[in-house]
Amino acid sequence: MASDQIRNKGVNVTDHDLTFRSLSEVLQNNITPYIALLEAKDCPGIKNLMQKLMGQLMNCYIDVDSSEDEDYVQVSHNRIRCSMTSLINWYEHVTKKPDSETPSKKRTSSSRHWQSPPVVVVFKDMESFSTKVLQDFIVISSQHIHELPLVLIFGIATSPMIIHSLLPHFVSSLLCIELFQSLSCKDHLSTIIDKLLLRASFPFKLGEKVLQVLINIFLYHDFSVQNFIKGFQLCIVEHFCSQPVSVLCCQLVDAKKRADSLSHDQCENIRKLPSFRRYVESQVSEKQIALLTVDTYLKEITQKLLEDLHVYHENYLSVLRCLHVFTSFLPKYPLGKQIRELYCACLENQVWETEEYESSLQLARMLNKSDLVTMLQQCVEIFVSSSGKEFDNTVEKLKEFLTQFQKLEEEAFQEQDVSVSSQKELQKKTDLYHLQKTLLELKESRRSKKLTKFEMLRFEVVDYIDSLVRNYLVPANHKTLHEIMYFNTASVLREHLNAAPRIALHTALNNPYRYLKAFSTVVMGAEGPNADAASSDQVDDIIHARFIRAVSELELLGFIKPSKQKTDHVARLTWGGC
Amino acid sequence: MPNLEHPAYPAATLLHLESLVPCRESQVSMLLSIFGERQQFSFPSIFIYGHTSSGKTYVMQTLLNTLQLPHVFVNCVEYFTSRLLLEEILMQLQSCCSEREQTSHVHCDTFNDFVRLFKQAVVSRELEDQTLYIVLDRAEQLREMEANILPAFLRLQELTDRNVTVVLLSEIVWELFRPSIGCFEPFTLYFPDYSIGHLQKILSQNHPPEYSADFYAAYINILLGVFYMVCRDLKELQHLAALNFSKYCEPVVRGEANERDTRKLWKNIEPHLKKAMHTVYLREISSRAGENEKNVYNSDLKFGCSEKVLGLSAHTHVELPYYSKFLLIAAYLASYNPVRTDKRFFLKHHGKIRKTNFMKKHEKTSNHLLGPKPFPLDRLLAILYSIVDNRVAPTANIFSQITSLVTLQLLSMVGHNDQLDGPRYKCTVSLDFIRAIAR
Repeated sequence: MASDQIRNKGVNVTDHDLTFRSLSEVLQNNITPYIALLEAKDCPGIKNLMQKLMGQLMNCYIDVDSSEDEDYVQVSHNRIRCSMTSLINWYEHVTKKPDSETPSKKRTSSSRHWQSPPVVVVFKDMESFSTKVLQDFIVISSQHIHELPLVLIFGIATSPMIIHSLLPHFVSSLLCIELFQSLSCKDHLSTIIDKLLLRASFPFKLGEKVLQVLINIFLYHDFSVQNFIKGFQLCIVEHFCSQPVSVLCCQLVDAKKRADSLSHDQCENIRKLPSFRRYVESQVSEKQIALLTVDTYLKEITQKLLEDLHVYHENYLSVLRCLHVFTSFLPKYPLGKQIRELYCACLENQVWETEEYESSLQLARMLNKSDLVTMLQQCVEIFVSSSGKEFDNTVEKLKEFLTQFQKLEEEAFQEQDVSVSSQKELQKKTDLYHLQKTLLELKESRRSKKLTKFEMLRFEVVDYIDSLVRNYLVPANHKTLHEIMYFNTASVLREHLNAAPRIALHTALNNPYRYLKAFSTVVMGAEGPNADAASSDQVDDIIHARFIRAVSELELLGFIKPSKQKTDHVARLTWGGC
Repeated sequence: MPNLEHPAYPAATLLHLESLVPCRESQVSMLLSIFGERQQFSFPSIFIYGHTSSGKTYVMQTLLNTLQLPHVFVNCVEYFTSRLLLEEILMQLQSCCSEREQTSHVHCDTFNDFVRLFKQAVVSRELEDQTLYIVLDRAEQLREMEANILPAFLRLQELTDRNVTVVLLSEIVWELFRPSIGCFEPFTLYFPDYSIGHLQKILSQNHPPEYSADFYAAYINILLGVFYMVCRDLKELQHLAALNFSKYCEPVVRGEANERDTRKLWKNIEPHLKKAMHTVYLREISSRAGENEKNVYNSDLKFGCSEKVLGLSAHTHVELPYYSKFLLIAAYLASYNPVRTDKRFFLKHHGKIRKTNFMKKHEKTSNHLLGPKPFPLDRLLAILYSIVDNRVAPTANIFSQITSLVTLQLLSMVGHNDQLDGPRYKCTVSLDFIRAIAR
């Protein structure tokens, strides 16, 4: 039986290429040098599939052990018989080699591999393959499984049931199937956000609206992690290009040095920032004047504020993680299940004023003991691992809570007696009047019952967490100089990322000059370094001529027609497609 | 008492052959009588047909190997062009009766060359005095090759004037093979399906050594009783037997019952088999666990904690982004609703639709039975905008999502790629899928 494995990927088709390439690298380093990656568009028939397969395998072989063997150097596809027997012969030849030959320089790489390493064939997009090709290939390779150990990896984007619709029974009975599921794309997104944004070591941060835009595109449109990364890169570029004070957005040590060497214009830029103006207004009047006029004083204050901001970020992140641990135990997740949702909620406004926060505190006051203990332990770990001495007190306090909880366990037995005695009272024989009296007394006592020690402790813990949140999770726009680190112009981002082709086409056709410029940029880009010589302002005459000819060809084909508005304007004639 | 008797072959060999091919004695004896003695000319072409897993390939191979008749065995699926097929036959012929490994590459393009080279090969291998058998498995592929291949193979004995017989194995009946220009009719032999008794006999043969034959036969009896109604395929039943045997032995392994306690064993295995009925032909879990003796214990654990080992059918959920779900639903609606009802469903103020005579006649067939109809892109977008609650901006993302849905085969493109004017699509998923998504 052929051996076969299925990898269930997600529907983010754009990311698959990268995944498969990294997979083949890992396999090549550890298991076998014989890997072939196949795509559906290259294999319309079994013959093309065999050709591609053999081409890739024989090239793989050359990569590992070059220059030794002359027989198999770069054979053209037409000359080899593309059949299984030649593949088997090649495999035998290749796996027999290390025994007889003298050790070559690259022996170390092949010694990691097994004696007869399996040949791995990866079908990158399983759904697009035609069933006949797959069936024939599997039937053929299963005949020769003893001579050629083959492992097939199917990349499936939808669900593994597609195996049953693609392969008939007699073919799938030849396969020994194991299922591997890769992480869902949402997990990938969470990991990325965790590593990029929720680290104090990276000073650049996204504002709430911008983060929402990126996450919306991910969740609503395509689940593509690569697009998210590209959007993030775009934000970085925009930020550093458009915001002049972003020169200070770097590691703290460098930022301080740069703050020292700011020019007068740059100091003026800082003075214009709205958060800085707020800061100035809150100062005493002599300091105000000094800040607004004396550059050196400004630089000192800037350095101090940068340091504050840095410390604020570190604390913010630790407390955020602690709050996330806290809310992840609650039913129905009022503040969001994942840390990125919590982060978005905390970024935009003061989270302690939101309704969800209130409800989560209420729910927290009803948590049971084991959950609370686990939660406290995790918080302790988070604070212990954060750098800085800020949280030493916090750690002490939390550890105190934990020991108090443990003490409660020992005292727990005493509580039970009270309830047992009340039960016994009820069971004694009484008449109706006495029964009524005892029940009313019990109800009174329950209402005014003193809170048990556990409940008091629980209240204390919740209040303490609340105080931490209020202290440290101040939203960033309340801090001075936050514009250096945070990028918040979501409108620019939206313009760039949400391309509207019909609108673009419409504007282009109304103003052909802009279209011409775009055309010339594209053409010059395609032509490569020769085009650098020409100046970018003046559109080259030849390109202009090409453009005019292209437009008239389109007119001839009936796609556009000149509108009556102006001499140069054309209108689109066809309304199909985009 | 041996059933197979033939004067040309030693009785011991025939006895051995009989043990290897249970329940096929009549077919084998028919073949033996056609083959005759080694040097006698046999029928020029034999066509053997039968259902899947009726033992055609196995019987042929066993027969030829046990009696050591010179033969060439080729699978037509593997050698998918005529050139590959003919060259492979010649190459196997070269190594047929000789011990030499080295086979030089033979170049053979046409059947004419093949006949000539074949004659040379037979002479050089000194096979003139014995019948040479050429067995072509999955012979239905021959119909896809050039038109002269099949008739030529059927007449190979006459064309080469040598002692050769061509045996064609296929699952399809001869009437579908017969070329329109006529050909030499081969001798057709039918391999009937195994009856339940035959299946019992064959399956009980390969019992694991640590248990007695009776125990295993009782197990096979139970298995057949449950599965015979739905599955008569020998290969599938073998797979099922291997897969479920460890569960059956559990009570014996644990010491709760001994081998004769049929009632207890049945009670133990019955719910498991019932569950297995749902996934009979679907290879859910790899059968490597069943075949490898060492993993029997591990597979016990796997079946014990059934939530760990999830077969393929447990993973049916496809996760789609928000707008993609709406796109798919809109595509489904566009495919299955006729155009005239769009106005009614999707606009706020619609008029009544008057039924004309034409519509009354054609109302009977439900659209679900007829399959999806193609629709243009604009109609898809119009329906999408009306079913999504909030405003959807027509960004390029939506368009690229449509393309990725096509790549995932949830939508399919209809018509030429050249049609720039308006691509047309068709929805290829079922109502259940849409319902699952719409939740």
